Amino acid sequence: MPEAVLRLDNLSKRFSPDRPALFEGLDLELRQGEYLAVMGESGVGKSTLLNLLAGLDKPDAGRVLLDGIDLTALNDDAITLLRRRAIGFVFQAFHVLPYLSVAQNVALPLDLLAVIEPERGQRTREMLAAVGILPLANRRARDLSGGEVQRVAIARALIHRPRLVLADEPTGNLDPRSAAQTLALLRTQVKANAGAGILITHSKTAADTADRILVLDAGGLHP
Amino acid sequence: MTRKFTSGARAAFSIWRILLLAQLREQPGRLCITVLAIALGVALGAAVFLVNTSALNEFGLATKRLVGESDIVIRGPRDGFAEQLFVKLAEDPRISAASPVLELDVALAGRSNTLKVLGLDLFRAAALQPALAGDIGENLFQLFKPDSIYLSSSAAREFNLKRGDFLQVIVGNSPKALRVLGVLSQTTYPQALGVMDIAAAQWTFNAVGRLNRIDLRLAPGTDVDALRRDFGKSLPVGVLAIAPQVERDRAVSVTLAYRVNLNMLALVALFTGAFLVFSTQSLSVLRRRHSLALLRALGMTRGELRRALLGEGLGLGVAGSLIGVILGAVIAAAVLRFLTGDLGNGQLRAAGASLRAAPLSMIAFFVVGTLVAGIGAWAPARVAAQQPPARALKGGDGDYGEVARLSWQLGVVLLMIGAALAWLPPVHGLPLFGYAAIATLLFGAVLLVPAVTMKVLDLAPRTQRTVVDTAVAQLRENVGLSALSLASIIVSFSLMVAMAIMVYSFRLSFDEWLGKLLPADLQLREPFGNDTAFWSINDQANIEAVPGVSRVEFRRTRQLLLDPARAPVTLIARGANEAETAAELPLLQSAPPPLAANSGSAWISEALQDLYGYRIGDRLALPLAGRMQPFTIAGVWRDYARLSGSVVIARSAYVAATGDQSANEGSIWLNTGVGAGDVEKALRARLGHADALEITTSSALHERSLQIFDRAFTVTYALEAIAVIIGLTGVSFAAGSTALARRAEFGMLRHIGMLRRQVIGMLACEGILTSAFGVLYGLGLGVALSLVLVYVINRQSFNWSIDFAMPAWQLAFLSIALIGAAAVTAIWSGRAALSQDAVRAVREDW
Repeated sequence: MPEAVLRLDNLSKRFSPDRPALFEGLDLELRQGEYLAVMGESGVGKSTLLNLLAGLDKPDAGRVLLDGIDLTALNDDAITLLRRRAIGFVFQAFHVLPYLSVAQNVALPLDLLAVIEPERGQRTREMLAAVGILPLANRRARDLSGGEVQRVAIARALIHRPRLVLADEPTGNLDPRSAAQTLALLRTQVKANAGAGILITHSKTAADTADRILVLDAGGLHP
Repeated sequence: MTRKFTSGARAAFSIWRILLLAQLREQPGRLCITVLAIALGVALGAAVFLVNTSALNEFGLATKRLVGESDIVIRGPRDGFAEQLFVKLAEDPRISAASPVLELDVALAGRSNTLKVLGLDLFRAAALQPALAGDIGENLFQLFKPDSIYLSSSAAREFNLKRGDFLQVIVGNSPKALRVLGVLSQTTYPQALGVMDIAAAQWTFNAVGRLNRIDLRLAPGTDVDALRRDFGKSLPVGVLAIAPQVERDRAVSVTLAYRVNLNMLALVALFTGAFLVFSTQSLSVLRRRHSLALLRALGMTRGELRRALLGEGLGLGVAGSLIGVILGAVIAAAVLRFLTGDLGNGQLRAAGASLRAAPLSMIAFFVVGTLVAGIGAWAPARVAAQQPPARALKGGDGDYGEVARLSWQLGVVLLMIGAALAWLPPVHGLPLFGYAAIATLLFGAVLLVPAVTMKVLDLAPRTQRTVVDTAVAQLRENVGLSALSLASIIVSFSLMVAMAIMVYSFRLSFDEWLGKLLPADLQLREPFGNDTAFWSINDQANIEAVPGVSRVEFRRTRQLLLDPARAPVTLIARGANEAETAAELPLLQSAPPPLAANSGSAWISEALQDLYGYRIGDRLALPLAGRMQPFTIAGVWRDYARLSGSVVIARSAYVAATGDQSANEGSIWLNTGVGAGDVEKALRARLGHADALEITTSSALHERSLQIFDRAFTVTYALEAIAVIIGLTGVSFAAGSTALARRAEFGMLRHIGMLRRQVIGMLACEGILTSAFGVLYGLGLGVALSLVLVYVINRQSFNWSIDFAMPAWQLAFLSIALIGAAAVTAIWSGRAALSQDAVRAVREDW
């Protein structure tokens, strides 16, 4: 059986002592090669869960283990360095740097990992080609359409072959056709270049592109 | 480990380069202005330093040449001592060489300035100044003639004289012609002076049998300090044994406070430049918070982000400092070429001083400028690194509550420390604690801005007007940005207010002082500081007899050396009696002391009080006519003309002590209806050397003095303007950044039906509220800083007092102008942002 890329042990989070917990006692295992969709209504804590998985936030209780490493036991620098090499992000709001070119945006993770030429250039071109935007390599990110920008974000999320890809409502700002293309591309690339992936979405159509669907609600995380 | 470090450094450099280049592409104008602000601060500091250093070097060299290779200088009052003292000292076995000198500042016909003339025994002087004999050479015996003089090359250039020409000097009331035998080389005496044979000088200047200086070289092995102490006990009254270094340092130390103040002004320029870096970087960080949060999410550590942002600031500093150092050298070279290198002080004239290469100093300024920019960038870098990336990605201004809490506590502590520092005394005559108080109060007040801003915004009531309420809500939500804009206005405006109050107070006090000291219609004076021109009893009678003259008050001024380490004090003998003398002075303190027998009254200036520690009722012994004459201090008066101090006694007391009835200054009251011009012509006709006399109406002198005052403060006025411009630049940056960042918000407001003019009105409202609060805060802080400037820094630097006064109309006008400019800036930035397509504007990323 493939090893667990990600494991959640009894994870709990609440925003303030006087408010009900967002979630309590969450358990989850994500295996190598698995692509999971997490659905839930607005405000249920999907993005918060994503932040906890990425080490951008700390849980009130429980553990997050990425390849067996307990994120809750690491300091900020250690989490950041782990995130640098092991996690990729695709955001709803794209979050590319508008003043950089497409190629520069995609290569950011490689720059952080100090990958130098010619490997840097070669991998960037390969990834741009894989997502179908190689001709746009030298264009400024601000000059692209929404669908093109999201492809840039997907390429950036996968160029360093992370262990885990986290996609937070990646098609929230796209038209249906672009959304469908993006979801298909995301699945293909996660399978090809990452250890595992989690897609956060409130759309059933989007969730259907995953191998497994879980629902996050007041009762926890369940099929 | 090494590999890890190398790859880490490479990653950091890569990200730093990306961030900096992106900034250069996106915000070139702002970066240029920030670089220029740093450059300006560094240039001013470097220029002031270079000019002062070059002038001091030149001055020191000139003074060194003046005293030659002597070990001790025996110096007496200007009217000298009996030359028998020279014989006695020359015979002392501890002395290997002695050179008698008659050193006088001689009045010149047709000129208001004087020429230093040295009467030397050239054979003896050559032992201490070998180059002098070489220069004079074969003309040595020609120099023995009573009408012969050698000029230094500076003097020859200044008076446009060459060998064979005549130099007209004034002795008493009569001109005398001296033949120029030749011109000395530049290296012998760099400054402007003349050299005569000592006997010829004594004869020419009516000082037969008198000397006022003896240069001594000691026998090997003689203890210099012990011998000086011995001489101190046995020399006549008023004659002092001084180390040559003290001679050299005297004029330098007099100008120390002036030079330090200039350096402080330059530092103010550098500080405002650094503050611009701070506000630019802070705004840039706020504007890029999404991008920076993304980098953190992608795996950039806090330390890497902090270093990258700090590197941006240092990059600006490097560029600005490089430009500043070069610009500073250019400015310094221009000042030395076209001015005399004294930067307006007048006491450190170093004509012919040239720019001396000071590579180490320039490197130091480069490093300081870069570091200052780095310091300006450090705080925003730290704040950016601390921001939680998850929150910043989502939106929002960051958590400033904690920042405000910590900063207000530190702010209060700094204010208390600043207030305490202001009470401390000067250090070696410099108001160092005063400067520290200014800096501490400024920082403390700026640190309070976030907390005060939050409090004021919390208290702001709803007005039920959409435009105003939306503006307040926006300021409340983006308190970090609001605080930055405010800090920018507050720093620059408070500095401007402080300087404006100080200069206005000083000008008003100076104006009142002039009015008190210039009550007559005409002022009459021989060239200032000269030792040879004066009016005898007959001359005075001639002046009084000029038609149209109602009354004349004659005065005698001369220099007295009370402390060898300090510049001479000016003695002024005036007033027919003590009551009249006291009535003529702008007294600050006075009390009728119980006069001791045989002790007249003296009134000292504030400088004498501060520098020598004298108080009312103290005994003051003045070296006059070879005796220490006792006086009792009866009052302290304000004197803005003499930095080294002055003492006034009744003319009758002076004549009684010295027998000297001559005068060299006078105030003339005219009969009613008589024209000043006619009396001036008649005066010049009656006195022998009319063209050198200074005759001015009191009103003209008053006006000219105020013009000189205004010119002297040109640098301060310029810095006020720079402070305001930098403040407005900071506001403009903030407004521009805000507008760009809020395009989506504006688009949304336009979508829901807010008119374009309403959106602009909202921006104007934000600008007015921010700047009005900043102006009020800045006014309060500026008044506090001005108190330190007036009562501490000014007093401790120059040893005179100023009456505090507020230029209410000027400040009101500037406040309104600043608020208006801030509003215009906000509107202009808003219009630029609103020019974008509203639909496009709601896209989140751009």
